[in-house]
Amino acid sequence: MTMLRLVQMALGSLRRHVGRSLLTMLGVVIGVASVVVMVAIGKGAEAAVNAKIAGLGTNLVVITPGAATGAGVSGGAGSMDSLTIDDVRKLSQETVEAPLITPVIQTFSMAVAGKNNWRTSIYGVDVSYFEIRRWNAISGRVLDETDVRNSRKVCLVGATVAKVLFGGDDPVGQTLRLRGVPLEIVGLLETKGQTAEGNDQDDVTLVPYTTVRSRMAGRQFIAQILMSARSERAVPAAMREARAILREAHGLGTRAEDDFTVRDQGQIAAAAKGASEVMTTLLLAVASVSLVVGGIGIMNIMLVSVTERTREIGIRRALGARRRDVLLQFLVEAVVLSGVGGILGAGLGVAVTALVGRLTGWATVVTVDSVVVALAFSFGVGVFFGWAPARRAAALDPIEALRSS
Amino acid sequence: MSVPVVALVDVWRSFEVGGAVINALAGVDLVINAGEMVAILGTSGSGKSTLLNVLGCLDRLSSGQYHLDGEDVVTLDDDALAARRNARLGFVFQSFNLLPRTSALDNVALPLFYGRHRRGSDPLAQARQALERVGLGERLHHHPNQLSGGQQQRVAIARALVTEPSLLLADEPTGNLDSHTTVEVMVLLQSLHAEGATIILVTHERDVAMYCQRAITLADGRVVRDVSVSQRSAELDLARLDAERLA
Repeated sequence: MTMLRLVQMALGSLRRHVGRSLLTMLGVVIGVASVVVMVAIGKGAEAAVNAKIAGLGTNLVVITPGAATGAGVSGGAGSMDSLTIDDVRKLSQETVEAPLITPVIQTFSMAVAGKNNWRTSIYGVDVSYFEIRRWNAISGRVLDETDVRNSRKVCLVGATVAKVLFGGDDPVGQTLRLRGVPLEIVGLLETKGQTAEGNDQDDVTLVPYTTVRSRMAGRQFIAQILMSARSERAVPAAMREARAILREAHGLGTRAEDDFTVRDQGQIAAAAKGASEVMTTLLLAVASVSLVVGGIGIMNIMLVSVTERTREIGIRRALGARRRDVLLQFLVEAVVLSGVGGILGAGLGVAVTALVGRLTGWATVVTVDSVVVALAFSFGVGVFFGWAPARRAAALDPIEALRSS
Repeated sequence: MSVPVVALVDVWRSFEVGGAVINALAGVDLVINAGEMVAILGTSGSGKSTLLNVLGCLDRLSSGQYHLDGEDVVTLDDDALAARRNARLGFVFQSFNLLPRTSALDNVALPLFYGRHRRGSDPLAQARQALERVGLGERLHHHPNQLSGGQQQRVAIARALVTEPSLLLADEPTGNLDSHTTVEVMVLLQSLHAEGATIILVTHERDVAMYCQRAITLADGRVVRDVSVSQRSAELDLARLDAERLA
């Protein structure tokens, strides 16, 4: 008996009990659908996290000043001005792995425009800042080489600053005063939203770092040096390289501790990814339980079916079916039952995912993997839970089976 | 002389029931040659069902020899026995034993799907031919519950002969049928016999045995009588019955 014929036979036999077959399938349908939906929600959350991480910058390497330690008290990260413009220069001259580099010189000031004022973070940056952080102007332009070379009195503002100081108007072309220095706004930055820690990334004003250094009074320090490695794979090499260059520049002996910190986004990414992966796994576990419950339903019905069809089994055996033919017949029936349930469930899952996405606004991603795995799982469920009933059918004595009513 | 279809030598079949041993078959010797039409008679408990199961390769012997078409089937394993049932034997049962909610055509084709597939053969075409041969060419797609008892038994006979078996085993084939239909089915069996089929028919009705050539009577698991019968023509009986009905 060919497999095609077995499947045809199984479909025929299921068609004879349409209602019962559909009810039996329901468990698997719901199981597969929930696997697909849960994975879609989990993957959606993961994708959202990944997008956030990518928003931090491309292959980002962040160097921050080390903590100043005096009299056994650590001042915390950034409490020491251990990074200098010379460091930045040295890094940009010597690094091989990270072609893009920018200092981030931080200072604080009231930003004043007309009658409005707002206390904001001011970052003095180089032109590559925008590429490293993948940050563009939605209006106007970003900083260029001339701005930096000539310490021009220009700036870009974030969405929050623009909103507070200029209401809804386009701030490009307007003037902003920082520490008494009038700066022309040449660009409005696109919205970045909050960081995972809840800091408003749009509450910012970007100024050429040369302008900050030469034209602004008050305390200022290099809060960060940002670098972008050539590729994701080059990030560790870039970090090692940067560390070596800085240690040499700072004249640190072999035993001295770093007076700076080199980090990548990997740690942050790993933590965030880990959390969403745990969620996906949990959701998947819950969904798998319903798939198993569906399988038990199939086993139950197949056992009933074997009992009901004992005489049929006897007839088939008399007509020349071997035990293995009977085994296969019932196994294929169980697998077709769960397989068709799986296909229906996958369709339902995709539909429900779309609905959930629309109703809740959650990001959802239906992956081909999840559909394939759920389908494979449902076939597996059919084999696993169909085995015992099929064995029972095959083990029947043909004479006894023919005698049953 | 050609090899007999069935050759039983000192066949025993014993069962243990509640500690006591019952010999359903107690030393049966039997030879049935190709082209014979044999009735096996006996009261219930005489061992005729067990004999039929043994002949049909559904049951195993406790001791003795059984050659089917000259082949020793005692030593065959379960799968091989299934293959012999499929290829050499055709079963007709008292209660028809058709698969419910399955068309006549599919019922008749069923044994072909379990057999070794002959290249170029179309099971459904063969099944159609078999159904036409039993006069049901017009009922190919009817389900058993849409057919009369006589028609169902014809479907069962078509299913038994579709594989062109060496031996047709009929177990009380007319047991569930009225007298008119009984004669109709016997007409069919006699015509198959006339075409060369070897038929063993188990019955407890003497009237039915009269349509065979040979009658073997079992009692207590032994052959107690084995006689030739002057075969009655079922066709003539049918004509007479129809004439009576008209009158």
